[in-house]
Amino acid sequence: MSEEYDNNKSYQAQSSEVLDGSAGSINPDMDYVRPAEIPEQDLYHAHSFIEKWIFCQDAKVIGVQYFLTAVFTGIVGLILSWLMRLQLGFPELAGFMTAEHYYQFVTMHGMIMVVYFLTALFLGGFGNYLIPLMVGARDMVFPYVNMLSFWMFFVAVAVLMASFFVPGGPTGAGWTLYPPQTILEGTPGSGMGILLMLISLSLFVIGFTMGGLNYMITILQARTRGMTLMRMPLTVWGIFTATVLAMLAFPALLVSAIMMTLDKVLQTSFFMPTILKAGEVLEYGGGSPILFQHLFWFFGHPEVYIVALPAFGIVSDLISVHARKNIFGYRMMVWAIVGIGGLSFFVWAHHMYVSGMNPWFGFFFATTTLIIAVPTAMKVYNWILTLWRGNIRINTVMLWCLGFIVTFVNGGITGIFLGNVSVDVPLSDTYFVIAHFHMVMGIAPLMVIMGAVYHWFPLVAGKMLHEGLGKWHFWITFLGAYSIYFPMHYLGFIGVPRRYFEMYDSPYMTSAVGMNEFISIAAFIVGAAQFILVFNIIKTLKTGKKAEQNPWKANSLEWYTSTVPPEHGNFGERLPVVHRWPYDFSVPGAKDDFIPQTTAPSEVANTEVEKT
Amino acid sequence: MHAGIIFLLVIVGSVLFHIFTPWYWTDIASNWGGMDSTITLTFWVGGGVFVAVCLFMVYCVFRYSHKEDRRAEYKPEDKKLEKILTWATTLGVAALLAPGLIIWNQYVNVPKNALEVDVMAWQWGWQYRLPGADGKLGTTQVRNIADNNPFGINPDDPFGKDDIMIESDVINLENNRPVKILLRSVDVLHNWYVPQFRSKMDAVPGTVTFYWFEPNKVGEYEVLCAEYCGVGHYAMRGGVEVQDKADYEVWLSEQETFQQLSARYEKLNLDGNKLAKK
Repeated sequence: MSEEYDNNKSYQAQSSEVLDGSAGSINPDMDYVRPAEIPEQDLYHAHSFIEKWIFCQDAKVIGVQYFLTAVFTGIVGLILSWLMRLQLGFPELAGFMTAEHYYQFVTMHGMIMVVYFLTALFLGGFGNYLIPLMVGARDMVFPYVNMLSFWMFFVAVAVLMASFFVPGGPTGAGWTLYPPQTILEGTPGSGMGILLMLISLSLFVIGFTMGGLNYMITILQARTRGMTLMRMPLTVWGIFTATVLAMLAFPALLVSAIMMTLDKVLQTSFFMPTILKAGEVLEYGGGSPILFQHLFWFFGHPEVYIVALPAFGIVSDLISVHARKNIFGYRMMVWAIVGIGGLSFFVWAHHMYVSGMNPWFGFFFATTTLIIAVPTAMKVYNWILTLWRGNIRINTVMLWCLGFIVTFVNGGITGIFLGNVSVDVPLSDTYFVIAHFHMVMGIAPLMVIMGAVYHWFPLVAGKMLHEGLGKWHFWITFLGAYSIYFPMHYLGFIGVPRRYFEMYDSPYMTSAVGMNEFISIAAFIVGAAQFILVFNIIKTLKTGKKAEQNPWKANSLEWYTSTVPPEHGNFGERLPVVHRWPYDFSVPGAKDDFIPQTTAPSEVANTEVEKT
Repeated sequence: MHAGIIFLLVIVGSVLFHIFTPWYWTDIASNWGGMDSTITLTFWVGGGVFVAVCLFMVYCVFRYSHKEDRRAEYKPEDKKLEKILTWATTLGVAALLAPGLIIWNQYVNVPKNALEVDVMAWQWGWQYRLPGADGKLGTTQVRNIADNNPFGINPDDPFGKDDIMIESDVINLENNRPVKILLRSVDVLHNWYVPQFRSKMDAVPGTVTFYWFEPNKVGEYEVLCAEYCGVGHYAMRGGVEVQDKADYEVWLSEQETFQQLSARYEKLNLDGNKLAKK
């Protein structure tokens, strides 16, 4: 095999350099790409149906498996949110629901959406599918471990779902699982429910570590020739940085889950102080509930960026491709992703301003939190500056991107309210917080996921999703979701606290009733609108228009595979060689308005392309 | 084209909603007007950025929507523009952070003359304790809590004897006198929150947390638990009545001290024993 990867044009270009070494009008060495240093990966090809579709080692299949499992949990989370909104908007119709049910739904909705839906979807789903394709690798570097990663996730989901059926039901401790209430009676599901939750989270972390190692090492070690770090699509940068964050943050979740399990099962007192319950002093003493909060948010805040950074990366690529313009300020974008990732480990206690931790921490964490606004704002500027003087296709994919910009900026600005310690005091634990984080890490990443689905569906399935249905799906979702969360901020201003099963008739809260009804109706509609996509996918798979190769005229490698959809091994006989970044759109002098990453400089010698 | 118009309407609608909303904060009844002002300032700066960014986006959608015969500009970087934007953003962020930190500094530094109020929380209710004539609260311990010692005051602590106990979920406060709320919980996290006072802090079992405010409007207010504390969280309400000095002192004189309560229980016990003997 070793002759094969030496035997190509670029390598020969190198030898010509050694021979003459001079530069002519067209430099014969301009196409030079460093030769490969390691032999190609041996792939294990599937021999049976089970190996091909179930216990599969192909990252693309694993990506789809992750995607479908995550979407399944997302639908469960969606149904739970409907039930919650039914109680909040129309309690007279929700007579079957007790406060216990409500808190269980709140908890499971939160945990499912953040961890099992968004994290698994972005990193497990998009990460697996796109990383090898975008960096020009045949597969992940450890395909077998990658397969185990998915199945570990699958078991974690199964354990999580099983908690709905155990005595006492799932935990109703709130997704933050704050002790001591989490493991005490008085919180629903404080028996089997919480144990299954902690076990499921631990399994998730273990499974995720297997996947995460793959994503990181594939990106660092298995890039094709010429794919320098600064030529990687921002999608890969986003997923890479998010994975690094996850590898550092998830251990904090794992240890806190283990410690809490011990507190629950063996009556240790990591998080449990002396507690008086129903007139009796329990067998705990000396533990710190705030310690758990520090551990939880040391995981929890990076977790926000584990979801956000892949979304940032993906949306950058989508905007660039569909605006037919290079991403504005690529290097700034890369450093912003890395910078936000680094800073995200120094802001966790902004979730704890009123937790009773030492109040002097407030100064530090408010400052770090507002510093993080600067690179984030730079990313927003660069997205809109990419649109500026572009040649924007207003298709479904672009609509989702525009929807992302509106919701993300909105949610980002409200983040400045909450990060600014003394402004957080009146707003924390109110609906303002709910509105903020749903806008910024619920709706905004969801917009990107949807955009990405419409964008990459032709690659994955080889067929084009229906545009008309896509636009309906977008407008109902965007307008509906915006009218759920934008007015919700104002409930928080009134002071309506979160996690209230019932408002009662506080004089200043009665005005919230009408708003709650409106929000609930919007939530029912938005949820139902997601089935437009399901319908669209089924219809397209059956009768949809066949996609041509590279229908969006994009530059990045995933569109230049040997077949569409790409087969196992991705690139046929020979791996692609990369000569440029993926953003050479609308280069003056070029024939087309895009130059693929694989195009050698000599082929576009007469254009004004900048060296990347 | 339609897309641009709808996005424009969303932005205009957001601004109009903000101007005309009937849902907004309650009339403030404490000294924390600075928090409201910082929120207003953040609204102007942040809202301005939101509107500017979105309008620019809408402009681009109108102006640069796809035409076959046109090409986008090719300009990978603009260092100068990026520098200007970075510094402008940094400046804006600093302008918002500064008042936030100044007010936080006031929030964590309690005035010397503040009246200390012990707020004790459990699943699911509140009760309160005020210092007696000595002006100091006695120390407490969860293990001491009993029928004859509902606050768990250490019986040996001389400061505890004259503590005034309010075994009710409503407490009265004196208008225009700063109070330091000392929070404790005997079981799980809670949070004593009155929206009109703007301030809050979690009660954490195993430790005592605090915050302060100065009520400045006579009236009755509802207390909400603002930290999830189990299935009765939403029902964990209490009350505050802010009174003028004269009314407040009348109310205060009617409350029982720890000593009185202990004496009452002793008598009850004695009576009980007598009954048992008969």
